[in-house]
Amino acid sequence: MAKYLLLKHYRGGPAPAVDWAPMDQWTPDEVDAHMRFMHDFGARLEETGELVDAQALSPDGAFVRYDGEGRPPVTDGPFVETKDLVAGWYVVDVESWDRAVELAGELSAAPGPGGRPIHEWLEVRPFYGVPAAVPE
Amino acid sequence: MNGELLRDLVPAVIGVLVRRGADFASAEDAVQDALVEAVRGWPESPPRDPRGWLITVAWRRFLDAARADTSRRQREVRVEGEPVPGPVEAVDDTLQLYFLCAHPCLTPASSVALTLRAVGGLTTRQIARAYLVPEATMAQRISRAKRKVSGVRLNQPGDVATVLRVLYLVFNEGHSGDVDLAAEAIRLTRQLAAQIDHEEVAGLLALMLLHHARRPVRTSPDGRLVPLAEQDRSRWNRHLIAEGVEVLQNALARDRLGEFQAQAAIAALHADARTVEETDWRQIVEWYDELVRLTDSPVARLNRAVALGEADGPRTGLAALAGLDPALPRYAAVAAYLHERAGDPVTAARLYAEAARSAPSLPERDHLTRQAARLNSQPRR
Repeated sequence: MAKYLLLKHYRGGPAPAVDWAPMDQWTPDEVDAHMRFMHDFGARLEETGELVDAQALSPDGAFVRYDGEGRPPVTDGPFVETKDLVAGWYVVDVESWDRAVELAGELSAAPGPGGRPIHEWLEVRPFYGVPAAVPE
Repeated sequence: MNGELLRDLVPAVIGVLVRRGADFASAEDAVQDALVEAVRGWPESPPRDPRGWLITVAWRRFLDAARADTSRRQREVRVEGEPVPGPVEAVDDTLQLYFLCAHPCLTPASSVALTLRAVGGLTTRQIARAYLVPEATMAQRISRAKRKVSGVRLNQPGDVATVLRVLYLVFNEGHSGDVDLAAEAIRLTRQLAAQIDHEEVAGLLALMLLHHARRPVRTSPDGRLVPLAEQDRSRWNRHLIAEGVEVLQNALARDRLGEFQAQAAIAALHADARTVEETDWRQIVEWYDELVRLTDSPVARLNRAVALGEADGPRTGLAALAGLDPALPRYAAVAAYLHERAGDPVTAARLYAEAARSAPSLPERDHLTRQAARLNSQPRR
């Protein structure tokens, strides 16, 4: 088993495969169908015993860094429109990279306007594992 | 005996141990150990006197731990045998424990955790799950809190307002896990109300009961928020409402108004309306006036603007909103609602979308996105 992060972005990553309008421009039924899909996706991962964690992040926040002794940290925010912005993640514990990719593919097929898949890019990242007890 | 009844005994048993000379932190640990033993053994052989059993076992655990501790440190054994127990003052012990766990030297998160464990008798694992943090983190938070209050003497009078704030947090910020934190907050507030005759304790209890009555219909089975106006009122829990109203009336009769009584009064007026159209918004505005006077809270002013919009029309509501800081949480959502009612769906849709972006929770974000989508998909003239 290996753990993977399926990372969702508000923006950033490769050019969108389909450039959908923001969700508040969809019909209420389309919004509902999308949210039901996301809800069911999480529930299904739990059933298969593959879900580790799922979290969503608010688009608010800032970059922060140390600015020297006795000075308050420097903040840089809110985030600029052009930059990559993480929206949330699933952590899954699965048999293989292929399974992680398969799951990301399913998630990317969440329905959008007209019930068509949104083809959203998801970032899939392997976690470092633990050193094997029996080195090969 | 079920778990809740068992946990009802916890504060008094800790109190007895402390009066016998145990320090608070060790007493609390010993009682937790005794609880574990009770959960394991009582189904087979229930004791005749559960409280006496818990005291005996907890005291023995305390002595064992103290002896292990002292021998480990190569010190003389200070605690020997069982001293004569002092007079039983369970009521007072319990009350002091509430004050100790809500002591102002603790952060709100620490007070909440310590209250749930020492007064509520929940395990660290249960508390950790309810707040979605690792068990080790919660254990550390609790033991730090215990260390911090270790110097505080249990017989010092506390401020009941600090206790109420902690109980309110437990009620309002529950997550998941196998413990229903809202129900636990009600149990602890009920227990407190039985110990101390205070109008705001009653006010908070009434507030909790009235909100808890609506909980089954506040979210749909798939997790969607259902706003007050759209809830199926026939499924509100009438028993809880009746109890809440009675507790509130007794509190109000004392003529010492406080913020929890005022909030409970508003909840009672909503509970009283069989349909949303029957809501007595005029009276609700008056209670918000009281709440603003009592707390000077911007959140109360924001909610007052909504009530005013219902009582006197959306333009009046918007005028009340004009004096408030747009950076307030939920300001955009309230503005969106009032603009829609004032016949401006374009502004309302823009504000709902803006509110969704700054929503404090996912269900709220989804709800606000739906509102924006609903307005944007309406045909416009």
